[in-house]
Amino acid sequence: MQNLMTIDSLKKYFPVMGGVLRKKVADVKAVDDVSLNIYSGETFGVVGESGCGKTTLAKTILRLLNPTAGHIFYKVPEQVAEAIRVLEKDNPKSKSLRYLLREYDHAYVSGSKLRKLRRHMQIVYQDPTTSLDPRMLVKDIVAEPIVSQRLQKGSGTMERVLETLQMVGMGEKHLYRYPHEFSGGQRQRIAVARAIITSPEFIVLDEPTSSVDVSVRAQLLNMFQDLQKNLGLTYMFISHDLSVVECISDRVAVMYLGKIVEQAKTEEMYKNPLHPYAQALFNSIPIPDPTKRRERAPLSGEPPSPVNPPAGCRFHPRCSLATNACEHEEPPLVDVGNEHYVACYALNR
Amino acid sequence: MEEQQSVVEIKDLYLNFYTYDGIVKALDGVSLSIRKGEILGLVGETGSGKSVTSLSVLSIVIPPGRIEKGQIDINVKGKTYDILSLNDATMARVRGRYISMIFQEPRAALNPVYTIGDQIAEVFFHHRRPELVESSIARLKKDSESTSGLKRAIYRRELSLLEKMQKNPGSLDLRVLSRIPLLNRFQNRMKTAARQYVIEMLKSLNIPDPARVIDMYPHELSGGMAQRAVIAMALCANPLMLIADEPTTSLDVTVQAQILLLIKDLQRRLHTSILYVTHDLGVIAETCDRVAVLYAGNVAEVANVMDLFKKPLHPYTQALLESIPRPGHKFVSIRGIVPSLVNPPKGCRFYDRCDFAMDKCVHQEPELIKIEKDHFVACHLHYGEK
Amino acid sequence: MFTRILKNPLSVAGLVLISYNVFLAVFAPFIAPNTTGIVQYDPYLIPRDPALGMWMEPNAPTPAHLFGTSSMQVDLFYGCVWGTRFAFQLGLEVIVATLGIGLVLGLLAGYYGGFIDEVIMRFTDIILAFPGLILAMVFVAVLGKIGWNVLQAAIFSIILIGWPGYTRLIRGEVLRVRGEDYVEAARASGASDLRIMVRHILPNSIYTVIIVASLDFGSIVLTAAALSFLGLGSPAGYADWGRLIFDGVPYAASGLYYWWTFVYPGIFIVLFTLGWNLLGDALRDVLDPLTRRK
Repeated sequence: MQNLMTIDSLKKYFPVMGGVLRKKVADVKAVDDVSLNIYSGETFGVVGESGCGKTTLAKTILRLLNPTAGHIFYKVPEQVAEAIRVLEKDNPKSKSLRYLLREYDHAYVSGSKLRKLRRHMQIVYQDPTTSLDPRMLVKDIVAEPIVSQRLQKGSGTMERVLETLQMVGMGEKHLYRYPHEFSGGQRQRIAVARAIITSPEFIVLDEPTSSVDVSVRAQLLNMFQDLQKNLGLTYMFISHDLSVVECISDRVAVMYLGKIVEQAKTEEMYKNPLHPYAQALFNSIPIPDPTKRRERAPLSGEPPSPVNPPAGCRFHPRCSLATNACEHEEPPLVDVGNEHYVACYALNR
Repeated sequence: MEEQQSVVEIKDLYLNFYTYDGIVKALDGVSLSIRKGEILGLVGETGSGKSVTSLSVLSIVIPPGRIEKGQIDINVKGKTYDILSLNDATMARVRGRYISMIFQEPRAALNPVYTIGDQIAEVFFHHRRPELVESSIARLKKDSESTSGLKRAIYRRELSLLEKMQKNPGSLDLRVLSRIPLLNRFQNRMKTAARQYVIEMLKSLNIPDPARVIDMYPHELSGGMAQRAVIAMALCANPLMLIADEPTTSLDVTVQAQILLLIKDLQRRLHTSILYVTHDLGVIAETCDRVAVLYAGNVAEVANVMDLFKKPLHPYTQALLESIPRPGHKFVSIRGIVPSLVNPPKGCRFYDRCDFAMDKCVHQEPELIKIEKDHFVACHLHYGEK
Repeated sequence: MFTRILKNPLSVAGLVLISYNVFLAVFAPFIAPNTTGIVQYDPYLIPRDPALGMWMEPNAPTPAHLFGTSSMQVDLFYGCVWGTRFAFQLGLEVIVATLGIGLVLGLLAGYYGGFIDEVIMRFTDIILAFPGLILAMVFVAVLGKIGWNVLQAAIFSIILIGWPGYTRLIRGEVLRVRGEDYVEAARASGASDLRIMVRHILPNSIYTVIIVASLDFGSIVLTAAALSFLGLGSPAGYADWGRLIFDGVPYAASGLYYWWTFVYPGIFIVLFTLGWNLLGDALRDVLDPLTRRK
C-alpha cells in the first residue's frame, strides 16, 4: 500500500493566558505527539470522545490550524522524509533542514506553495448549515475552490460546477438557490461538491452525518463510498458513531486526550481491542440485539479536560490495569503484529 | 388493554399542529400503555410524533399544538384520572410528583444562575415539603433541649411556626412571613434538611463527591454529570413514571453507557416505570422491556423487546432493523420519505415506502390488533392471523 | 422582503417621509426657484428679495414669501427647501466617508487582529473618549482659525467623530463572521485573505451596519444642524436648517412673535430625522435575523 500521508510527532497546543500580565500559564495539549500513516485510497477512521482532539488533528493536518511541532509529509519521497528526520536529530539549526522543511513539509510550507497544496486536500464539516455561506448562491459556493485557485476560466467553471453537482446527486435546477432553501442532507451534498471540485486526493470527513437526519445518513454514506471508488479518494473519517466507522473504515485509530492509544485494521480493532480505553469504548456501544445484553460495568468517571492531563499514561486514573509505571511515563505506541499498535504498559506481560 | 397493571394509558390520542402551512396531523389515534415497573421504548424517526406524545402525557403541549381527542389515564393509588381533563393547578401537582420528564440537552434543562443544589432542593420544597417540615421540627426539638434563655424562646417561636405549617400549610400569615427577610429564618432549617436529602439523592446517582457538586453551577459540570443532576431533579419526589426523551443522544458513548445502567438500576430499585423515547435501536435493545414503534403519528407495532427484534411484523419495523449498519454491506436506508402530515394519505401512512403494500393499504387505515400475547401490529398483512 | 416593510404602518410612514424629502431635494430648483434675478454662484446662498431690502427684522409669511423671512430678509421657504437638498448632500458625504473608513479599518482590525487591531482600537478609543459634539466644536473652532472654510470644517469634524463608531461596529461583526465554518472552508479551498474579506466577511457583516447607517443619517444631519445652530457651521444666509434657526435666535426672546423663523426649519428637521429613524427601524425588522419573527 502506498503512503499518501505520513504524520510525524504532530503537536498542536493552545496557550492558556492567565494572570494579571496575561502571560501564558499553561497549554491545552489538544494534539500531543501523534504519528500515523495514511495509505492511498483507504478510509482511515479516527474515533474518540469529546475533547480527545480528533477534530483538531484533522484541522492541523489540513493546515487550517498551524502545528506547534511535528511533520506532515504529503506524497513526499521516503528519502526526503528520512533526511529531514536525521537532520532534525543531528543538526536542527542547519540551513538545509530549513530549506527542506519549507519545500516538502506540509507543516512548514507557506504562501503560494501552501495554496497550491490545498487543492489536494479538502474537508467536509459536520454541520452543513454553518459550513455554507448563507449569502452565496449554490453555484458560487461550489465554484469557489476553482475560482480561488484560478484553475478554470469562464464557461469552463460553470461546466465543472454542474458536473460536480451531478456527481453528488444534484442538478442544474439547484444552481441559483441559496443554502437555506435546502434540507440538511442536500446541504451536505453541496458541501461535498465543493470539496471534490478541485479533484483532491485527500478529504477529511469530520462527523459528516452527525447533524443530518437519521433517515438520510445511509444515502450520504453510500455516496461517500461511491465517490471514493469513482474518484480514487482517500478519506479520514472522524466520528463518534462507532458502528458507522466499523462499516466504512479500513483502519481505525482511537484517540484519548490528544494521543492515539490504539490503531489497527478495522476488523481486528473491533474484534480484539487491546487498550483498556478502547475496550471500554467498544464495549459501551449498545448492540441492537437484546440477546446480547451485557451486564457490564461501564467506564467510570468522565473524560478529563485536556488542560491538565494526568501525568504518565493519560488514561491511568480510570484504568483498572494501571501499574506504577503507568503513573509516571507515557507508554509509546508498540507494534503487536498485524499492523496493530497499542500504547499501554499493562499489556506487556 | 392489559391484564397487568398499567401506570399510564394513552387511549386514542389525536393531536394537531395549526401552522401557516396548514394543519399538521401529528398524532393520529395513538394508543399505548406503560405498565408498572417496566421500561417502554418509543422508537421513531423525526416527525413520527414520539416527542409530542411524551409531552402530551405531561399535558405540556403548547400552541400551535392542540390535543383534539383522546384520553390519557393515570393510575394513582388505585384510582384512575384522565390527565387531559385535569385543571392546571392539579396538573402542577402531578408533574414532578407522579410523572417526571428528562430531556435531551441537560444543560438546557438547568437554570444557569442557580446551583445544582438549589435546583434540586426546589423540587423537594415543592413536592416533599411535609417531610422537610417534619425533619426540621425533629431537629429543632433536639436543639432546643440544649439551650436556654433567649435562644430557647426563639426556637419555641420557630417550632410553633413549623407546626402550624404542618397542620395548615396554606395559611396566609405563614405565606406572608415566609416572604419577609430575617423573619423567614424559620425556613432555614428546612433548607438544611433539604440539603441533606439532595446529597443523598446525588449519592444514589453515583455522583462523586456530592457535597462539593451540590454547590456547583450547571456550566461547571460535564454533560454526564449534568444529566445526572437532571435525573436527580426528576426523581426527587419518587414519581410513578419517568419520561426520558432521548436523554443520551448528546452524550459520549461511554457516558451513555453509564446513564443507561443508572436508568436500569432505578427501575430495579424504585420500580419507576420509564417511557424511553429514542431513535437508537441499540439503546432500545439494551434497556427496554417492551417497545412501541411509531410512524408518522401512528403506532405501527408494539411488542416486547425480544419479539420486536426477532420477529418484527410491521414492514416499517423490518426496514428499520435492516437499516442498522453492518460491516461488509452497503448502508441501507428506507426508500422514500415520510409523508406530509398536512395532507396525510387516506390509508396506511407507510404505503408508499412499503415493499409489501396491497390495494387495501391505499384506502383503509390498518388498526392495531393483537397477534399474540404482548404483540400488536397495525398492518393489513397480518389481518388474517389471530 | 419589501412586502414586509409595507406591512408595518410605521415603516410605511418612514418611507413616505423619506420619499417626500427626496422629492424636495431633487426638485428644489423647481419648487423654490431663485426669483430675484440676482445670479448666485452657490445655490445654497439664500437669495434676498431686493424689494425687502436688508432689514434685520424678520417679516411674517406672505404669498410672495410663503414661510416669511428671517433676519436680513433671507427667504425661509427657499432656505427650508434647499436645506433639504443640503441635508442630503451633507449626510451622504459624511456617511460615505465614515462608512468607507469604518469598513476598511474595521475589516483590517477584525480580520487580522493582533497589533493592527490594537493600534486601530486605540485610535478609536481616543476619539470616543470625548463627547462627540464638543469635540466637533473644538475642531471646527481650531480649523476655522487655521483658515478652513467653516462649513468644510464642520463636515470634517462630523466625519471625525463618526468613523470610530462604525469601525467598532464592523470589527465586531467581522469577529463574529470570522469564526464561522464557511470562512474556514474558504481558506481550505485556497482563497486569499482579500477574497475571504470581500466575498465572505463583508456581505455577512454589513447588514447591521446598513441599519445603523440609516438610523445615523438623521442624527448626522441633526449634529450638523446643532453645529450651525451654535454658529459653527454654515455661514450666514446659508440654506441650512440649523443656520436658519441660529438666525432666528435673537428673535426667540420675544416668544412666539417671530414664530416662523424657527418653527418652519424645526418642522423640516423633525420630518427628515423622523423619516430616517423609522426607515432604520423598518430595515432592522426586515434584515436583522435576531429580531425577526417567523
